[in-house]
Amino acid sequence: MDVKEIRKQFPILDQDVNGKPLVYLDSAATSQKPLQVIEAVDDYYRRYNSNVHRGVHTLGSLATDAYEGAREKVRSFIHAASTQEIIFTRGTTTAINMVAESYGKSVLKDGDEIVLTQMEHHSNIIPWQQTAKATGAKLKYIPMQEDGTLSLEDVKNTITSHTKIVAITNVSNVLGTINPIKEITKIAHGHGAVTVVDGAQTVPHMKVDVQELDCDFFAFSAHKMVGPTGIGVLYGKKQLLENMEPVEFGGEMIDFVDLHDSTWKELPWKFEGGTPIIAGAIGLGAAIDFLEDVGMDNIAAHEKKLVDYACSKLEEVEGITTYGPEKRAGLITFNIDTVHPHDVATVLDSEGIAVRAGHHCAQPLMKWLDVTATARASFYLYNTLEEIDAFAEGLIKTKEYFGDVFA
Amino acid sequence: MSLHSSNLDTLYRQVIMDHYKNPRNRGDLEGETLHINMNNPTCGDRIQLQLKVEDGKISDAKFLGEGCSISLSSASMMTEVVKGRPVEEALEMSNIFSQMMQGEDYDDETYELGDIEALQGVTKFPARIKCATLAWKAMEKGLNEDDHN
Repeated sequence: MDVKEIRKQFPILDQDVNGKPLVYLDSAATSQKPLQVIEAVDDYYRRYNSNVHRGVHTLGSLATDAYEGAREKVRSFIHAASTQEIIFTRGTTTAINMVAESYGKSVLKDGDEIVLTQMEHHSNIIPWQQTAKATGAKLKYIPMQEDGTLSLEDVKNTITSHTKIVAITNVSNVLGTINPIKEITKIAHGHGAVTVVDGAQTVPHMKVDVQELDCDFFAFSAHKMVGPTGIGVLYGKKQLLENMEPVEFGGEMIDFVDLHDSTWKELPWKFEGGTPIIAGAIGLGAAIDFLEDVGMDNIAAHEKKLVDYACSKLEEVEGITTYGPEKRAGLITFNIDTVHPHDVATVLDSEGIAVRAGHHCAQPLMKWLDVTATARASFYLYNTLEEIDAFAEGLIKTKEYFGDVFA
Repeated sequence: MSLHSSNLDTLYRQVIMDHYKNPRNRGDLEGETLHINMNNPTCGDRIQLQLKVEDGKISDAKFLGEGCSISLSSASMMTEVVKGRPVEEALEMSNIFSQMMQGEDYDDETYELGDIEALQGVTKFPARIKCATLAWKAMEKGLNEDDHN
């Protein structure tokens, strides 16, 4: 994998920020986009912008083919059994909300349980809180091990015959913990519960096979996997989706409309009311082509090299606390003693280095870590070891800068 | 290998770091006070501000909370300047501060702004303006909701 060549595909990376070469270490928030994706979106608008699934004109067919072609690319990328199981949404948040609203509210009754973990992103907590309030179901959390992982023993002890839904992240956006979805799903199925998996931090970084995981629902966003913002995917098993009511009603999703009643299109379109996110889907298709050309295994191996190197560099800097297990995805969350993460991020920014600071949309996890905020550096296929050197150097400078002002 | 960024130095002026390191009016007030909790939901900073308002005047102000150097130093400075001031004046100062943060011309003559002017450097860091205004917003909220005025 030639990172130098890959970087040439990302025009945004070739710039100075605050007089220093940009070091972009915030891909877990959103990734940068290669020319291939930018041009695919541009090409759609320039050459064949048209609405899909209506009308008979040529541009309409081109747009429909590209839009549905993107759906097939997604299906193949996550190895779903059918394109009927691939629903385009606005992103991970919308996808999870759809499951909570449609599946959750129809299945859950007073006394049922929804099982979550404390490492969930807000987008995999709040929809369930709302659904629980509406149905009388209660939320239960699988406890976490000290290192930020889950033990299957705890999973077994938390999921009961009252559990109807297990909503869990595949990879923690803060700790980098990789959860054993296949095993958890097996336990959930043993109790007749379904799993709803937040795959936002997984699909961009490693091979995913939803049939192998056997999960029931799986959600992710295009913008974290070199695709455009505003589009994501809800995968769901066909027999579940077929029995679910749509969440949005209107054009595009109907079969017959009468004055007092209507029927829905078949899967997946019954869940895609209104003019869909056509350019976004086409951009996502191009992103998948790009990632497959590089190879997901190559990307995962490259990120492992980066994160291992970053961990070893950070260990050398005194006064840095890192959070998360040893075996982690390509990100590292940390704090510097005596310097607030905002201040860390501002000083790094003055060096051209972009990191995230804050609660990372995971306030319950911050509580568990007993911190109000942290800084996070996250890596992707276009990052280099030299950039991690610059990052480590920047941390030393941050410490010195604040050391000086406090002196 | 120290940093020589003039922009950074305007953000982290000595006086700001002094307020961060030695916050004034940090703690709890006794007796009947206005309690205002406010947080910055995008980053997790939170402040608990306590104001004692007597005869239309802020007779005392203290704060607790967690946050970055900018939000905590701004809270420290704010409590320092509003203490002893009529409610009306405190609210006017909050307006002036807000204008300063937005990079607008502001009235620097009516009131002795003192240390507060050190926060002017924040305007060059748009992402940090919310940090600086948190304590002031809390003060405004408390005074505006107080039915004693």
